[in-house]
Amino acid sequence: MTETLSAAPPAATAEPIVDMRGISIEFPGVKALQDVDFRLFPGEVHALMGENGAGKSTLIKALTGVYSVDSGVTRLAGRPVTFSGPAAAQDAGISTVYQEVNLCTNLTVAENILLGREPRRFGAIDARAMRVRAAELLDRIGLDIDPVSVLGSHPIAVQQLVAIARAVAVDSHVLVLDEPTSSLDSDEVAELFRTMRVLRDNGVAILFVTHFIDQVYEISDRMTVLRNGRLVGEYATAELSRIGLVSAMIGRELGELEEVERLATHDTAERSAPPVLRAKGLGRSGAIEPFDLEINPGEVVGLAGLLGSGRTELARLLFGADRADSGRVEVGGNPLHLRGPRTAIAAGIAFCSEDRKGEGLIPDLSVRDNLVLAMQAARGWTRPIPRRVKNELVESYLETLDIRPRDPDALIRNLSGGNQQKVLLARWLVTKPKLLILDEPTRGIDVGAKAQIQKLVAELAAEGLAIVFISAELEEVVRISDRIVVLRDRRKVAELAGPDVGVDEVMDLIASGEPERERAAS
Amino acid sequence: MTTTARDALIRAGRSRLTWPVLALVALLLVNVIVTPSFFDIRLQDGHLYGSLIDILKNGAPTLLIALGMTLVIATRGIDLSVGAVVAIAGAVACTSIAGAADSGGAAAAFTGIGLALLLCAVLGFWNGFLVSVLGIQPIIATLVLMITGRGIAMLITDGQIVTVNNPYYAGVGAGFVVLPVAILISVGMFALVGLVTRRTALGMLIESVGINPKASRLAGVRSRTIVWTVYVFCALCAAVGGLMISSNVSAADANNAGLWIELDAILAVVIGGTALSGGRYSLTGTLVGALLIQTLTTTVYTTGIAPEITLVFKALVVIVVCLIQAPKARALLRRRRTPVAPPNAAAPPEPAVAVETTPTRKVGQR
Amino acid sequence: MKTELRSAPVRPGAASGTRPRPRVPSRFVPVLATFALFLATFGAGSLRYEGFASGQVVANLFIDNTFLIVLAVGMTFVILTGGIDLSVGSVVALSTMVTASGLQAGWPVPVVILAVLALGSVFGLLMGLVIHYFDIQPFIVTLAGMFLARGLCFVIDVESISIKNETFRDLATGIIELPGGVSITYGVVVALLVVAVAVYVLHQTRFGRTVYAVGGSESSAMLMGLSTARVKVGVYAISGFCSALGGLLFALYMLSGYGLHAVGMELQAIAAVVVGGTLLTGGAGYVLGSVIGVLMLGTIQTIISFEGTLSSWWTMIVVGVLLLVFIVMQRAILRRQARH
Repeated sequence: MTETLSAAPPAATAEPIVDMRGISIEFPGVKALQDVDFRLFPGEVHALMGENGAGKSTLIKALTGVYSVDSGVTRLAGRPVTFSGPAAAQDAGISTVYQEVNLCTNLTVAENILLGREPRRFGAIDARAMRVRAAELLDRIGLDIDPVSVLGSHPIAVQQLVAIARAVAVDSHVLVLDEPTSSLDSDEVAELFRTMRVLRDNGVAILFVTHFIDQVYEISDRMTVLRNGRLVGEYATAELSRIGLVSAMIGRELGELEEVERLATHDTAERSAPPVLRAKGLGRSGAIEPFDLEINPGEVVGLAGLLGSGRTELARLLFGADRADSGRVEVGGNPLHLRGPRTAIAAGIAFCSEDRKGEGLIPDLSVRDNLVLAMQAARGWTRPIPRRVKNELVESYLETLDIRPRDPDALIRNLSGGNQQKVLLARWLVTKPKLLILDEPTRGIDVGAKAQIQKLVAELAAEGLAIVFISAELEEVVRISDRIVVLRDRRKVAELAGPDVGVDEVMDLIASGEPERERAAS
Repeated sequence: MTTTARDALIRAGRSRLTWPVLALVALLLVNVIVTPSFFDIRLQDGHLYGSLIDILKNGAPTLLIALGMTLVIATRGIDLSVGAVVAIAGAVACTSIAGAADSGGAAAAFTGIGLALLLCAVLGFWNGFLVSVLGIQPIIATLVLMITGRGIAMLITDGQIVTVNNPYYAGVGAGFVVLPVAILISVGMFALVGLVTRRTALGMLIESVGINPKASRLAGVRSRTIVWTVYVFCALCAAVGGLMISSNVSAADANNAGLWIELDAILAVVIGGTALSGGRYSLTGTLVGALLIQTLTTTVYTTGIAPEITLVFKALVVIVVCLIQAPKARALLRRRRTPVAPPNAAAPPEPAVAVETTPTRKVGQR
Repeated sequence: MKTELRSAPVRPGAASGTRPRPRVPSRFVPVLATFALFLATFGAGSLRYEGFASGQVVANLFIDNTFLIVLAVGMTFVILTGGIDLSVGSVVALSTMVTASGLQAGWPVPVVILAVLALGSVFGLLMGLVIHYFDIQPFIVTLAGMFLARGLCFVIDVESISIKNETFRDLATGIIELPGGVSITYGVVVALLVVAVAVYVLHQTRFGRTVYAVGGSESSAMLMGLSTARVKVGVYAISGFCSALGGLLFALYMLSGYGLHAVGMELQAIAAVVVGGTLLTGGAGYVLGSVIGVLMLGTIQTIISFEGTLSSWWTMIVVGVLLLVFIVMQRAILRRQARH
């Protein structure tokens, strides 16, 4: 694939405003960034691309002074700099706008733009001067809203633009936009892009992070791709095809895991039984567009797509964790009104969230309690699982899943990520589900545990369990799944089945999708 | 459970309670020094008497209410209205008994007690509704009843101190079955709750809701029902406590009955090592906490300090306990530098590989 | 609701002029609702009772509630940041105690006043420092403060101390004649002054705006580079100062110091602030709303005293119900906003 470096600065004479060389950052046990170079020129929109864990956030934080680097040099307009924190970076002209609007929605637009540097007269805030100054700044980014209106009364897109107005209020040369579009609709994105172009034409260097490939091709001049903390390459957008970009992001190096042979069995022999679950037109606005899906017993359905493509959202709808606002679900041939996780669980659906800490673990409880939680919740508190049964159950799962330490009384917070994940898997397996939804079960865990979990998934499917498997790693999805559902920009774009499905095919769909139809839909 | 695990548990339980227990022992020693006969217990007419019995008896309502409060706090909540509920329970029971045809009879007493418990259960239901269904912060939701409750109690008693003369009713707070009935009730309830929460799965589910409500919901735990129930139970505990207080003096004082008892109860829970942020709770801890508070009060009496000054000591205890519990204070004690908070809401989940490791070291040096 | 976005940049400064004036902004709704409710209550009282709608009854609303107004002002600062201060009632009691015992000991009046104000401010400041730097819930810290202040009262004296100092008594009984035969006390002037200063600080100074910002989103405020620590600690110092001043006014009103003065006054202050339209979660509300909240509580009390047959405990019930209505209303507004 395209591993060639074709760095093409916008103008041969231009000096980069930001020039980071050989940046390395190491967290305990993790090399977050290794020897990464990054250049940003005045008057360009530069997209920073990469999957989860690629190091995008870390690089941005290194640039904006949130993290200090272990090695490497950052030059700003030619001078080496080190920032003590975001405030220092801002003083030097690097402003950051985050995915979540970090403004106060209860204050007015003008206040949000100028808070902390309000014009004052005789010690008091000069409300008039403030209004005028705010209007000037809004005007500069071409936004026509009333500066004294309350920020919260505007849509997120406008709030995002106000955040940009605040950022440029300090005469920034560099504007970092960290996933500003993830919650915007297409009109709002267009508005944001218009503003970005205005700023770019004024010579501001814009670093732009997004998951949406179309947006990258629409707005960016150049891009830098990271993968697993390393630089893949710096490209001119016009010179890199979409498929080239996706392959650069996902990479093809598989390491030791690729040695494992294909796990999916693809036996389509006994498909006489009704599907475990059938979803028709299921959707939720702002999360995922209506989709149809069938999952059969003994089948592993992989969900492939980039971060933000709607893969997690789809899974949450199937489990009732979020309410669908359209469509219906049938389980075992019978319609099911999904009112929440409890209904789903009662119908034999289980769901392991990607957010292990926030939505999975009960950190202060023991491994034993965590393991039996779902089963106990289903039984109700009045019918405790008899101690003997519970102990046998826990012991047997500790044994089969090789959970370490093999101590049911250990607090789960003290286990490693992989072992925590196995306990959460066990939590659902003891409920004997018919459908198991796994959202990134192998993320952030060590290689050994990862292989164990993959093997377990294959075994469970062989025993007849239906599984929905989500992973950011395409190879993993392709290897494990009998059938792959491809998602792109919050839409299901394709379903691929059969033993011949390869990473390339899936990648192609993720990269190009069906852009024409998407435009029509939105 | 292996023996080593059990030992570990016991050790953990002990370490959490070390300080409160030591404080309790110290206070008792002070009392013995001031009043050498402090530990004396004598049997008279089949009743046990003595300073220790007094501590237990006077502390019985607080203990009971702290019991309910422990469960509420374990679910990340708090119930400020228990003092008001105490007043209401006494008011309802006494007014009902005083108004009954046979105001000295058993039927009147039981009707009054039944009515009081029923009304208070309704009040708890109300609190639970505000918290679990409407999603109002517990402090605020229960503040409403805290303010209104005393008014309601006054309304019931018509602003009077209602006195009753009913031996059956008086039995609840002042009666004896070798030990004062109040002690038996409180200790009995304690044992019952301990048994129910630890023998069934209730305790674990309460803790899981308190520790991680989101994860609990996704695991299928009925968080709403649990939270709701806990408020009803807390109100019932307060009601029984209120009946004890009122029957002890055979009167209902809507103004002063249970005044500040909510604070004592919360204090007992906090001293006992249950964090206000919810999660793991310790009934034994609460028991020690409640005894500590009551002993403190008694000590202040016996040493001849004006009883009102107890408040100063309570305040100091709260401050010390909270400082010991506060993670920040601990961190400061360990002389750890606190990092500049990274823009928390700023980024999607950190690099996958770094999920388990907080990059404290990396944060810009100040 | 969606704001129209025009592509063509507009003239600087013209933005506010060219757009149609919006309706009443939603942030004013709770305050206006309270004000309307206050007018309605007062109107109902005037219709029902003769002599209710007199200037002096209005003046008395202020005279009888000077201390509560001042407390509510301090409480508004705290609640605007999303905190709470349970210690105010006890600090009032402590202030009356210090005042009474100080005067009894023969201290000059100005010294007593300064000492009380300093004491209250330092008390609040300490609580604020603990809350912010040890990251302990305001609820529990101010609860400890409540115990401590109440207990310290009794350390001074368990009994009530009456104030016999002439100068102080003159201050208490002094009257300012207003046109129309209405007279007010000096306390009213002080309370109104405090309100004016608070309005200025909250709306015209960086400190005040930061108070709102912290209440809106503390993490955002921090990322915006605002001095959140100063504000979070400062509001408790302000509340402590207001409590001390409220205590002085209460001492003027009661002419005594007593450890059981102002029991439960913190609840009244919180109720007034919430009924006045301030969000308990912070970030939205107005000092003037809190003043109206106090007047609302005062009106209810006046009506109940005019009614004669109704007993005083109805006040608590009505206040509680009002509080409930406002809390549920706030919750509904928040939920609707969240759905946007």
